[in-house]
Amino acid sequence: MSHSVDWSAVKADFPVLQRRIDGQRLVYLDSANTSQKPNSVIDTMADFMRHGYAPINRSAYRLAGEATDAFEGARTKVQRFINAPGAHEVVFTKNATESLNLIAATWGRANLRRGDVVVLTHMEHHANIVPWHMLAAERGIELRWIPLTAQGELDLSDLDRLLKGAKVVSFTAMSNVLGTITPVAALCKAAHDAGALAIVDACQYVPHNITDVQAWDADFVTFSSHKMVGPSGIGVLWGRESLLDAMPPFLGGGNMIADVKLDGFTCAELPAKFEAGTPPIVEAVGLGAAVDYLANIGMANVRQHEMHLTSYALDTLTNRYGDDITIHGPRNPEVRGAVLSFAFRDIHPHDISQVLDEKNVCVRAGHHCAKPLMRLLGANATARASFYIYNDESDADALADALDGASDIFGL
Amino acid sequence: MPGLEDLYREIILDHYRSPRNRGELPPPAHKAEGHNPLCGDEITVFVQVDGDLVSDVKVSGQGCSISQSSASMMSQAIKGKSLDEVRALVHRFKVMMSIEEDGDDADTPAVKLGDLEALQGVVKFPVRIKCATLAWNTLVEALEA
Repeated sequence: MSHSVDWSAVKADFPVLQRRIDGQRLVYLDSANTSQKPNSVIDTMADFMRHGYAPINRSAYRLAGEATDAFEGARTKVQRFINAPGAHEVVFTKNATESLNLIAATWGRANLRRGDVVVLTHMEHHANIVPWHMLAAERGIELRWIPLTAQGELDLSDLDRLLKGAKVVSFTAMSNVLGTITPVAALCKAAHDAGALAIVDACQYVPHNITDVQAWDADFVTFSSHKMVGPSGIGVLWGRESLLDAMPPFLGGGNMIADVKLDGFTCAELPAKFEAGTPPIVEAVGLGAAVDYLANIGMANVRQHEMHLTSYALDTLTNRYGDDITIHGPRNPEVRGAVLSFAFRDIHPHDISQVLDEKNVCVRAGHHCAKPLMRLLGANATARASFYIYNDESDADALADALDGASDIFGL
Repeated sequence: MPGLEDLYREIILDHYRSPRNRGELPPPAHKAEGHNPLCGDEITVFVQVDGDLVSDVKVSGQGCSISQSSASMMSQAIKGKSLDEVRALVHRFKVMMSIEEDGDDADTPAVKLGDLEALQGVVKFPVRIKCATLAWNTLVEALEA
């Protein structure tokens, strides 16, 4: 359902954006890195700590029962948000990085042998590369890479050959560098047709789009709370019940066991099996509030807003700077999110971000934890502006204006 | 906030635009690679040591204006210096960057930073200190290699 959204009211919900530094407003364009937090998330977490905090799942008193309800209620909110079949398939982790490591370390160790093939793409974040490298070093698995087109989309022309004999296809739903949105459902189907599992790194996707893990027909989906207006310190692994049930546990300790004896242990049911130790209780409650906040806006509206901003920013920057600016990734906003990595007049990205900071324009400069992709782009760093629900056209204008300052200093 | 003119001094931009001692040296020159893992800057320092003397130095790699100009000025400053003087210079530079304490060591040769003092403003921009020191840390590694 689409309803009209007052985006200036959305912006006003984020108190940090009211802050002024050196008398100037803050132009936060680093949400692909991490997002800002609305009052509702901040207040929910503070209220919970003031009035409702207690251990979960292990005490009889009422306060603990309420805390458990708040914690498990957040799980149910996440389940609905991504249309997962069951809340018990939603595992709380530290972040998407830990979720991906969990899959490689448990399902991977239990199922992959020397010579088995894991297919990744050339636009993966290090979080979806290094765990597989670690497994390759331990197990001798083979990694294959889906290449990119010149436009920064996945080149699927040779997919059948790449997927032949593969056990896993693990890929991003949206590139954190190029903004490219990948054809997730088609890739899941191709993986299954080849007899492989489909793992979706949806860390950049879930905060900005309608996510339906069943429509994707994915096997595992991972994402982080902190990129979707929730707190840092909590992430999600969704997996098919049958897969999660068959996997060995990840970390051992309290909460994840059914029984412990001197000669061994048995695991708890899902999801506790993968949640050893006291979990991020306050953070889960905060994530629940974040999901409520986004659902209230409506993810179709979020996507529409960001597509408009992407087009506006692309047009503004290219109209103003022409060949002096190179923006990586697809030009078509239908297949890209609001992430703009760019090179500008041979000025190093670090210097660009320094100059932009003088105008309180916050962008990321660096390799974005995607060094294989950076090598492909022929850059060792880019500047990256990323937009979210609290950004508007004036933020894109501020970016364009502030770039002029870089030219002045470097005399280019 | 300190002004950008404190950071981007003209001499820094000059070294950035026209870096000195760019290139490579063949073995047996000492060589080390340095990375700034935060931003992906990469630098390789080659040092030719003859007896106690740094007789030649070359720098290759890519990076921002601060890391590149620091490397360029460093290469000029250490060329022809004794190893003791080079170590003293490294120390003086790191003191200027506020990452080493200024000790009173009578055995340390007196060295002047000269043009390198232009990088003093980097201290006001703490996240850039790593950029300025990348070449110096790599130099130390090269000398130990």
